[in-house]
Amino acid sequence: MIRFILGRLIKAVFILLAILVFNFLLIHAAPGDPAAVMAGEAGAADEKFLADLRANFGLDQPLYVQLWLYIKGAVQLDLGYSFRQQMPVAEMIGDRLPATLLLTGVAFVLSLVLGVAAGVAASARQGRWGDTIISTFALLFYATPLFWVALMATLVFSVWLEWLPGFGYSTIGAGYTGLAHVLDVAKHLVLPASTLGLFFTAIYMRMTRASMLEVSRLDFVKTARAKGLSRGVIQRRHILRNALLPVITLAGLQAGQIFGGAILTETVFAWPGIGRLMFEAINQRDYNVILGVFYISAAMVLLFNLITDVIYVIVDPRIRLTT
Amino acid sequence: MTLLSIRDLSIALPLGADRLYAAKNINFDLASGEILCIVGESGSGKSMSANAVMGLLPQGVEPDSGSITFDGQSILDLSENELLKLRGSRISMIFQEPLSALNPLMRVGAQISEVFEAHGALTGAERRARALKLLDEVGIPDPEAAIRAYPFQLSGGQRQRVMIAMALALEPDILIADEPTTALDVTTQAQILALIEDLRKKRGMAVIFITHDFGVVADIADRVIVMKKGEIVEAGRAPDVLLNPQHPYTRALIDAIPRLTKTEPVEEVERAPLLKVEGLQKTFSTGSGTLFGKRRVVKAVQDVSFDLYAGETIGIVGESGSGKSTVGRCLVRLLHPDGGRVLMDGVDIAHMSGAELHAQRRKLQMIFQDPFSSLNPRARVSRILTEGMIAYGMPDKEAKAKARELLELVGLDETAMKRFPHEFSGGQRQRIGIARALALEPAIIIADEAVSALDVSIQAQVLDLLAELKERLHLSMLFITHDLRVAARICDRIIVMQKGQIVEAGPVNKVLHDPDTAYTSSLLEAIPGQDYERSLAAANKG
Repeated sequence: MIRFILGRLIKAVFILLAILVFNFLLIHAAPGDPAAVMAGEAGAADEKFLADLRANFGLDQPLYVQLWLYIKGAVQLDLGYSFRQQMPVAEMIGDRLPATLLLTGVAFVLSLVLGVAAGVAASARQGRWGDTIISTFALLFYATPLFWVALMATLVFSVWLEWLPGFGYSTIGAGYTGLAHVLDVAKHLVLPASTLGLFFTAIYMRMTRASMLEVSRLDFVKTARAKGLSRGVIQRRHILRNALLPVITLAGLQAGQIFGGAILTETVFAWPGIGRLMFEAINQRDYNVILGVFYISAAMVLLFNLITDVIYVIVDPRIRLTT
Repeated sequence: MTLLSIRDLSIALPLGADRLYAAKNINFDLASGEILCIVGESGSGKSMSANAVMGLLPQGVEPDSGSITFDGQSILDLSENELLKLRGSRISMIFQEPLSALNPLMRVGAQISEVFEAHGALTGAERRARALKLLDEVGIPDPEAAIRAYPFQLSGGQRQRVMIAMALALEPDILIADEPTTALDVTTQAQILALIEDLRKKRGMAVIFITHDFGVVADIADRVIVMKKGEIVEAGRAPDVLLNPQHPYTRALIDAIPRLTKTEPVEEVERAPLLKVEGLQKTFSTGSGTLFGKRRVVKAVQDVSFDLYAGETIGIVGESGSGKSTVGRCLVRLLHPDGGRVLMDGVDIAHMSGAELHAQRRKLQMIFQDPFSSLNPRARVSRILTEGMIAYGMPDKEAKAKARELLELVGLDETAMKRFPHEFSGGQRQRIGIARALALEPAIIIADEAVSALDVSIQAQVLDLLAELKERLHLSMLFITHDLRVAARICDRIIVMQKGQIVEAGPVNKVLHDPDTAYTSSLLEAIPGQDYERSLAAANKG
């Protein structure tokens, strides 16, 4: 097991390096550079000023030198400097990470728990009205675009009903502390987290339902019935455990995205997370920030893939580890 | 003492099924300590009748009239909760496929303890102790290890023993065994049958044994019920039904049993071998050989050599795990042999690859065991049959015409072209599998347990078809099977394999009637129904 994890981690380092190089080249293949954008905004765009800016940022160096410097930094977790914000990128990401983790983490747990529960409930009522209602809602959430759900949720719960705040991370200027602050943030969290979670809830529900029904037709379920076990025990111990295997794969995929933030949701709800950081950085051609976010998300995807595999082995004894 | 009595039971099938009743007007009694065999082909309603006793009918299938009385209670009138109390404690059940019948994610011990838990018997530590004792009783070699094992870590026979241990946990009055030995090889089958017989004697337990094999019936049954299309066509004491069958259907089933009869010896002629296998080797290794578990190396095939002549059928027999299937798979190059040569027309195909191999491949075609999973369920028969020919460059139209001829050849009509595999019965599917193998006009057919999944009567038909085709198309055949009776019926020469090696090889009459090795003798002794065969033969003479 330890050897497997080590082997995978070594592989991951190389994959990560390849991603780093690829992203770097991709970004630099795009026309325009940060110096041009900054000069444009400043209004004074003579050649001398541009050249000075480029020299300051190291943008006049040959590409391979820039790449080498970047990789050297990235290995030491120095993700470079944002020329726009005049801040180290690592620090910027660090500032935004808690908000993003809170949002995506809550959405992840919420969608997993709700999705699996709804899937189990629907499969237990297969073909009856309970199943139809759950499945219809799932289809609805699955098919509706995220931004539309977000806008409608704001309109209904924030503008009309005035139950929940429509944007932001906490009430600005309220100066809440302690429990009051926690409650304030939680209130702000409700709309973005449910918006973000709905889509995955729908997917988990559909997958759990289909998987439960498939497993419930297998022979060992009949064996369990022949033992005289009650319906609840059979559902829980025999069907659900086996049915969860494909759900784990999917959850691993979603978990990998937790650190990447959610650009759409964060933008609509003005949530100060990585997603919005990314959005702003793209608009401003803030190379180092974009690369930094890419780098962190790629690392997280790799990490969560590994964690998923390990969980798989723990849950399903038939799977052997091979690097 | 009558334990169970079924009167005028009819079980309705949902609308749209191929008939109205799964079982109709079923009447029988079961006394304690008695073994009752229910015999019939797939779809005869034999499993349904047994499931009804457990209250375990599939959704949509309902008892329609009649009664089932067990120990004074009317089972059909019991509530679900009352049924739960009976299942597993008073009446229990074992199934055909012991791997799929066990939960793959639960340890064996936990699955046995569950029975006690379901019925509130014993406490934690006692349950474990009892599970150990049960595993020991059903003949699992190392119960301490088995209790911690997952089902996939046990062999087929051991899994079935675990199932039996589970079924016996609360000492039921009735054990329902639904084809419990069909998926096992002969020696394991003989052991499991002996185990059931033994338990019946020790505990006075009644057994309902469902099977399609009259050999098995002859070995264990006290009484026999023969079912056809949902109805009982014959019932009686075992010796009466077996030696003096009244109904033509019973006689047909008995005639269909493959027998170890001697065949006409073939004339030996000087000829060159078509296929020459020299020193074939194949090794599998599992586990990483590191911190996590030991490296296990299985020498699946060791130094196997034989010649196959034109027009000849060689049977490769052995228990599961003997490496017989691996040999077949190495020859058609579904597996890559680790060593040795496979000479076909003087060329070694064992280590070919790419275009060279592609050119040789069509000469060797394979027929698989499971006619359900070996045909693509999403492809129509026309695609299944023409795919190979088109891959070898035959124009579409020509391939279709050829496919129609092939269907006729295997006894299906051409309307089959447009249908999907699930629309056919098991025997018909196997015919499609045969047609597919013949499509590329191979010189050699490798049949891997090609009839093992079929009912005896269908088995006989498919074997006849294979023999006829072999004759007509001058094919050579490698027939891989665990059933020596089947091998006797179709093979010219027999190769007996054990643990990856050939232990004995020779003409069919010699190997099956006068074997040189103890291993072959033990395989022969395990064949069910041998006493019955002898008494049948005696009766025929007399």
